[in-house]
Amino acid sequence: MMSNITDLKLVELVDKIKKKELSSTEVTIAFIERSKKSKKLNAYISENYENAIKKAKIFDQKPDFKKKLPGIPIAVKDLFCTKNIRTTAGSKILENFVPTYESTVTQNILDEGGIVIGKLNCDEFAMGSSNETSYFGNVQNPVSENLVPGGSSGGSSSALAAKLTPATIGTDTGGSIRQPASFTGTVGLKPTYGSCSRYGIVAFASSLDQAGPMTHDVKDCSLMFEIMSTYDTKDSTSVDFKRENYLTNLNENIKGKKIGIPKEYRVDGMPKEIDELWEKGIKIIKENGGQIIEISLPNTNYALPTYYIVAPAEASSNLARYDGVKYGFRSKGENLIDMYEKTRSEGFGDEVKRRIMIGTYVLSSGYYDAYYLKAQKVRRLIKNDFDEAYKKVDAILTPSTPSSAFKIGEKLNDPVSMYLNDIFTVPINLAGLPAISIPAGHDKKGYPLGLQVIGKAFDEQSILNIAFALEKNISFKNNITDWWIK
Amino acid sequence: MSKNNGEYLIIRNDNKYEVIIGLEVHAQVLSESKLFSTSSTKFGSEPNTQVSLVDAAFPGMLPVINEHCIKQAVKTGIGLKAKINKRSIFDRKNYFYADLPQGYQISQYKNPIVGEGSVTLDMPNGEKNIGIERLHLEQDAGKSIHDIDPQNTLVDLNRSGVALMEIVSKPDLRTLDEVNAYIKKLRSIMRYLGTCDGNMQEGSLRADVNVSVRKKGDKKLGTRCEIKNVNSIKFMQMAIDFEANRQVDVIEEGGSIDQETRLFDTKKNETRSMRSKEDAHDYRYFPDPDLLPLELNDNYIDQIKKDIPELPDEKKKRFIEKFKLSPYEANILVSDIEISKYFEEVSKNSDVKLATNWITGELFALLNEKNIEITESPISSKNLSKLINLIKDGTISGKIAKSVFEIMRDGDKDPITIVEEKGLKQQSDPKELENLINKVITENPKNVEAYKSGKDKLFGFFVGQVMKNSNGKANPKLVNEILKKKLN
Repeated sequence: MMSNITDLKLVELVDKIKKKELSSTEVTIAFIERSKKSKKLNAYISENYENAIKKAKIFDQKPDFKKKLPGIPIAVKDLFCTKNIRTTAGSKILENFVPTYESTVTQNILDEGGIVIGKLNCDEFAMGSSNETSYFGNVQNPVSENLVPGGSSGGSSSALAAKLTPATIGTDTGGSIRQPASFTGTVGLKPTYGSCSRYGIVAFASSLDQAGPMTHDVKDCSLMFEIMSTYDTKDSTSVDFKRENYLTNLNENIKGKKIGIPKEYRVDGMPKEIDELWEKGIKIIKENGGQIIEISLPNTNYALPTYYIVAPAEASSNLARYDGVKYGFRSKGENLIDMYEKTRSEGFGDEVKRRIMIGTYVLSSGYYDAYYLKAQKVRRLIKNDFDEAYKKVDAILTPSTPSSAFKIGEKLNDPVSMYLNDIFTVPINLAGLPAISIPAGHDKKGYPLGLQVIGKAFDEQSILNIAFALEKNISFKNNITDWWIK
Repeated sequence: MSKNNGEYLIIRNDNKYEVIIGLEVHAQVLSESKLFSTSSTKFGSEPNTQVSLVDAAFPGMLPVINEHCIKQAVKTGIGLKAKINKRSIFDRKNYFYADLPQGYQISQYKNPIVGEGSVTLDMPNGEKNIGIERLHLEQDAGKSIHDIDPQNTLVDLNRSGVALMEIVSKPDLRTLDEVNAYIKKLRSIMRYLGTCDGNMQEGSLRADVNVSVRKKGDKKLGTRCEIKNVNSIKFMQMAIDFEANRQVDVIEEGGSIDQETRLFDTKKNETRSMRSKEDAHDYRYFPDPDLLPLELNDNYIDQIKKDIPELPDEKKKRFIEKFKLSPYEANILVSDIEISKYFEEVSKNSDVKLATNWITGELFALLNEKNIEITESPISSKNLSKLINLIKDGTISGKIAKSVFEIMRDGDKDPITIVEEKGLKQQSDPKELENLINKVITENPKNVEAYKSGKDKLFGFFVGQVMKNSNGKANPKLVNEILKKKLN
């Protein structure tokens, strides 16, 4: 039965293909068929169905079962440049942009036998926490109608939770993988900065951007991460560290692990159910032989303002290349300046413009020292907080978000409230650390809630293991009815 | 204007003004590929044929530093006797322009790769040191072409991303001659090092010129104007002269100088305001997050130091000591690395004095006439050396040598062969010479008479006659000696 195929997790699908119980073509068609029936979610920006089925058939003719993703169909966030497949970054300015090159991360997936079935919706240039800034429209959270799927990787979280793709990849600049994972009851990993190559990923904030996997469970996440993370000389910030066989090494034994609980994350006005979720996590750690240690990350309060200086500053410069001269959308103008102004006014949406304005402002002479330079100093202090904490603990446990998913439109006109969504995720990007969000429960509305495990730099294995232990004990179930399929 | 004692002063109404000049030289790094991409840097290719995805700033493209360019910058820094900074940072200089695909130029702002150094100039009234403020690496922009299509501006990105070294001098230059000497010296040092070809026609060397004036004797610097992108020494001198005079005029009329950026119009020979300080761009410099800070260790710098060749200053010193050349001669011979190489090859097996004279005399004249470099010289160093040896050992006279040289210039023929084939060997047999002399004496009895009665000047006449009769082959030294004996 088709529907059974899409219910399978990534590792299960790989296993069944390797055992020849399923063909790549069967699997690919199953996910495409379900995707076709799920247009209401608006998870896709571009579909690559026909081509994908062709590729699946080619795979089946001469299958290579040594590959880690043998003929597995995967839809990816539309921030990854994909050769000959339109890449928009959720923006009008790149509406018709078709790259002639492949991002390193998607190339790694292709090299392991993966097949790209489409490009997933996201906030414009990954700037947003609800997928509402996309030029290609809102995305529905399969958890409930008119609920945001989180952002910026909202198309990814929605497609994954709705089983339109067995796994997916996103990018995380301030929480863009972990928050949507948390909102949709899925697993999302933001790796250490320098772990996954940024080559071919449309840049938002270069010093914060990291690609990472989004999956149904921790096992799938380990497999995807193992494939995505490679040292890449095409990215000067890529780090040549020893990469593990994360899936093989996955281990639920957390005996003796020291887990830090940062007191600063108990923010005022946080819903009681988030607190209870956190307590539940703490209890599981203890029951499994882990040691809970109270820690302090004193500069946590400054993380959000720091982020909203650093990220827009870099973005304002990174987005300067979208000027209508070389590629992408161009509006007619009287002269060069007029053309720039019209192209960028019409090509960018409000949130992107807002951040370009903020970024330009904080880098301007006379304001640079007070904003950008200060923010860089605070960023260093935030990183120092973590370094200090990691002298005492192996990992840190926090909630992923201060609330569950909200309604579409609810926060659209209140940027600050929207930004507050990233309060638990942003510090990790500023410190360049790895963190995973796993589904850990539901609020009283029945919406998923996530717990976040933060690790030491390049120690993804530890947080995958801790997340694996939590996952086993929580046995979370996503109550998704196929409400969008008539 | 007065240029006494090497001074460059502008005089108005009995007020003497001194001109203060600083240069920001943009030197293209000699490198096969660009600063942050693997595209070729070859000059003169078809437009937009040397453009990578990085150079054209496609989404998701990232810069990766070309290590060769770093090495070249460090080399140049060492050549400028400058401090090499072990930690430097690449910054983004943000501005919009059609030929700047990224919307920012990657440059170095607060932390350049090379710090303070100095360059020694040989001026007629002695040596002068010009301070170097810094040297930093940056990307070149593309080229906007406005005159091909009447409706549109066309953009060529071949230059986009090419590595430049910006070498900033202190405001230590005072005269147009110093500007000339400074540019030539920088060029010479970089050519010795192989870090820049110094080709001004191809734009490998350009400069922004900072000019200010002050009353002679004043200590405080005047307000400066920056003249952008001047691409020849002649234009730099013209621009400075115009600009300095303009500033003096403004001050003399009771005005004050506005700090501004100006353009030099080579056709009208004048500078024009481009933008004032108020309109100056806010470049919003910040460290490029795509590139890590550049860290160099002592070992790396020491390795480069080991490969530094002998530079013009040291070579000049050696030439003076070893070859007993005058500072003037040494200067000429070391000014260009290829000339110095040629000279050393010739002088290896030949008389140094003759080698110096023949290279700076006949050979330079020939190169000038043909407008070619010494590397393209039609006469090889080996054959010039042979020619000089023929003079030195008395086989031919200097005069004959000149006619042999004339033959050599068409096809680099061996001078020994030429002398043999044409029978140009000098007549040095005293017997033969005596016969020639006797003949001249017998044929000119009146002149002999006159000479003997005191007309000394006639001695030259006899020499001339002997030389003429020998078709110029008689050894002039011996002719002199024998004639003297005969006539006295």
